[in-house]
Amino acid sequence: MPKREQLQDDYLESRLIRRRLVLSAIFIVILLSLVLGRLYVLQIVEHEHFSTLSDSNRVRIKALPPTRGLIFDRHGVVMADNLPAYRLEIVREQVEDLDNTLLQLRQYVEYSDQELKRFKQSLKRRRPFESIPLRLNLNDEEVARLAVNLHRFEGVEINARLTRNYPQGAHAVHALGYVSRIDERDLGEVDGAEYAGSTHIGKLGLEKFYERDLHGTVGVQHVEVNANGRTLRVLNESPPVQGNNLHLTIDSSLQKVAEEAFGDNSGAVVAIDPNNGEILALVSMPIFDPNLFVNGISFIKYNELRDSRQRPLFNRALSGQYPPGSTSKPFHGLAGLETATATNDQETYCIGFYKLPNEERRYRDWKKQGHGHMNLNDAITQSCDVYFYDLAYRLGIDRMSSFLGQFGFGVKTGVDSTGERNGILPSREWKRRHDGMPWFPGETLITGIGQGALLVTPLQLANSTAAFSVKGTRYQPHLVKSIEKVPEYNRIEIANRVAGRYEIQKLQNWEHVHKALVNVVHGLRGTAHRISKGLEYKVAGKTGTAQVFEVAQDEEYDEETVLEKLRDHALFVSYAPADDPLIAIAVIVENGGHGSSVAAPIARRIMDAYLLERS
Amino acid sequence: MNHTFDSDSTSITRRVLDALRLDPVLLSLLIVLALFGSMVLYSASGSDHAVVIRQMTRIVVALLLLVAVANIPLRMIRKISIWLYLAGVAMLIAVMFYGEVGKGAQRWLSLGFIRFQPSEILKLAVPMIVATYLANRVLPVGLKELVVSSVLVAIPVLLIARQPDLGTAILVGSAGFFVLFLAGVRWRVMISLGVLLSLMAPLLWKFALHDYQRKRIATLLDPESDPLGSGYHIIQSKIAIGSGGVYGKGWLNGTQSQLDFIPERSTDFIFSVFGEEFGFFGSIVLILIYVAIIFRGLYIAAHSTENFGRLLAGAFSLTFFVYLFVNTGMVAGMLPVVGVPLPLISYGGTSMVTLMMSFGLIMSIRSAKRFMV
Repeated sequence: MPKREQLQDDYLESRLIRRRLVLSAIFIVILLSLVLGRLYVLQIVEHEHFSTLSDSNRVRIKALPPTRGLIFDRHGVVMADNLPAYRLEIVREQVEDLDNTLLQLRQYVEYSDQELKRFKQSLKRRRPFESIPLRLNLNDEEVARLAVNLHRFEGVEINARLTRNYPQGAHAVHALGYVSRIDERDLGEVDGAEYAGSTHIGKLGLEKFYERDLHGTVGVQHVEVNANGRTLRVLNESPPVQGNNLHLTIDSSLQKVAEEAFGDNSGAVVAIDPNNGEILALVSMPIFDPNLFVNGISFIKYNELRDSRQRPLFNRALSGQYPPGSTSKPFHGLAGLETATATNDQETYCIGFYKLPNEERRYRDWKKQGHGHMNLNDAITQSCDVYFYDLAYRLGIDRMSSFLGQFGFGVKTGVDSTGERNGILPSREWKRRHDGMPWFPGETLITGIGQGALLVTPLQLANSTAAFSVKGTRYQPHLVKSIEKVPEYNRIEIANRVAGRYEIQKLQNWEHVHKALVNVVHGLRGTAHRISKGLEYKVAGKTGTAQVFEVAQDEEYDEETVLEKLRDHALFVSYAPADDPLIAIAVIVENGGHGSSVAAPIARRIMDAYLLERS
Repeated sequence: MNHTFDSDSTSITRRVLDALRLDPVLLSLLIVLALFGSMVLYSASGSDHAVVIRQMTRIVVALLLLVAVANIPLRMIRKISIWLYLAGVAMLIAVMFYGEVGKGAQRWLSLGFIRFQPSEILKLAVPMIVATYLANRVLPVGLKELVVSSVLVAIPVLLIARQPDLGTAILVGSAGFFVLFLAGVRWRVMISLGVLLSLMAPLLWKFALHDYQRKRIATLLDPESDPLGSGYHIIQSKIAIGSGGVYGKGWLNGTQSQLDFIPERSTDFIFSVFGEEFGFFGSIVLILIYVAIIFRGLYIAAHSTENFGRLLAGAFSLTFFVYLFVNTGMVAGMLPVVGVPLPLISYGGTSMVTLMMSFGLIMSIRSAKRFMV
């Protein structure tokens, strides 16, 4: 064999190289065909698919939150509006290291763990490239500090957004309610798409009840964005529709008079126009600033409010349930006359206590030495308990219960707000259902003086009083007078609805009780006589004292020694002008002692404000 | 080549080109491609004039270098190849110690006034040294030649892969390999090497690859697994190309490109921009231009009169193809993401210059004395 290796043969070698070159060329053609085949698949076969992906990439749907409707009082005073407030917002997609960014931001602005938690919750349900608020309501100093350093934080923004504002602060808070950040639970109750751009929702009161009206309609914007989520141009837009404005029946100045009249006391006042059910004032004291809740209340502040002994967060006007005490006596009195169980002139002798036949237990009158001879008028004017024990005994619980029911006791009034409670109208049926026990005759007696199981909300009491004042027609009380559709600015009046009507058998019966109620204020022996001084109009009223705890049989209730929180509640109901009532009021002052000394003067101030300053 | 030029002016052009030892076919294809590339770059850069002007400047500089290299006699090229190789390897070692870090890899060497990647030099030097070494040996290559050549290739390739710069390592390695391949390495040697390599693959996977390289390969198999990380490139690139359709969305109208969804859209992923704006039809045209360039190079190799020219011209042409294949394969989601630019179109100076110089060498080979066309 010749050693080929040692000889260079250009012909053979060039043939070898050429062969390899040709081979390479073939490889090249094959491999590039593969590439072209791949491109064919991408660009022709799957074109539709990628086209769609491309569009969804660049076109993003942005929700435009509507501006919340405004709330005005009956005279156009602004109760709730929207102010631009700066928010610290973060677009998750644009932040590389979120934890680090959050940590770094702490150098410039404070945020609580709670705010952080809420932020992280919102993060979970965000749409891509949505900016999620971390802090609301930045103050000028915070904005300035952040603005200078913002360039260091990709994806962190300061945005001015319209935020709910209650210009009068705590004023009328329990009538209005408030809005707060949306949470998971809220989203279960509303159409999520409608709230796509919204951060707040009505949580309580009118704000919640009229949420659908106030919120408005979300707008949609199709925008073209780049890969960083920056909006480049708007492709098309359907603007949001502002929420409807509410015009309330509430008279802000009257409400303010009531709030101020309370001083430091806790309690509630409801004032209603008995001719149509319009609520003129709805006060629960103490009040608190709802703006705190809009911008994220701190845990400390919230706990302080929640744990405060006076419980400012509790809406007593709608949710507080109190024994009506003697304020229920006019209804029992009328029941007695209407059922012919009693006559106006029939007298009962009051010796300071009442005993059921064959029973040892004494049912005491508030006046230890007794009232002596009492007819209906005397018994109402002087608030004699023994008369009403006796009347109740004769009426029986069934008739009492059904009569009170016809004036709205024990059922919700159907007010257009949240948190309203039923109160309790006891009956044999109720007792059986409630404790599985039979009704005892003694319970009938204490029901007769508005104690025992009988409970009312201040709103109920005001509304029943209003119904009494107009001889039995009970309206559904309401807080909103009209809803104003915003683009057109036309107002839709809320119709006055009659909730129930008691047909009086003999007008004279009603007049007897009515006269007694006028006597309570204007009569010399009337329990509310002290507010009659300087009265320029006629008032019908009834004081009441509701026992918070029961005094044992042989003990005595001594106002001085009893702890304040166990002291009696003071009540007062009234309507004026007595012969053609324009306003009906129920006042409850918690632990206020006697109705005459604490509750009645508050009602007087409200009535003065409403009846005198109006003209 | 049998060109029939009719007018006087073209024959003057022809004579000028001949005097400059330039190949008119290759030169015109390169210029067409570069200009076409600048147009795509204009779109990819978001209509940035400055970028295009810088790229045009590079094209001009690179073409001047091409002309210069084309006029170096082959003898000289064979002589300097050893020095170029040694200098290149020395600089690679220098990079290891003094190099500047950019994008997580140590690739750059700064000479005060200019910053460059020594690995680019090896793209020329490796095929040159191997071709020089084999040019005087009997072909097909024997075992000794194979071993020596492999070592010559392996040293710089390993140094580059260490930086880490997988893309360049592949290009340098394949340039060296192509010389050997053309020099006739026996099939059974290549097959056994291939088998050995595939057996070693799991080991290489475990020890030789960086985490990010492993991730890129894993991502290729399932881009959706990491849509915000390394899968994002591939997903967005496929969307861009696929949404281009038959004729594309039109120049400057690619939404994926113009709205910044394609990462590295003016460098490694410029083909996605092209595919989106010019569609399947444009892609065919572009690939045909590339094929014409590659085949012209292979043709020159085949018609060279000595082994050095055959091997070198062939290896450069095939390396040029590797650029094209790896880049298009990568943006089309067929190959893992490795940093290989689309030759002569991607924005960036170094590869442009190296590529044009390699074409200068091809032209020098064509003009060598005994070239018979």
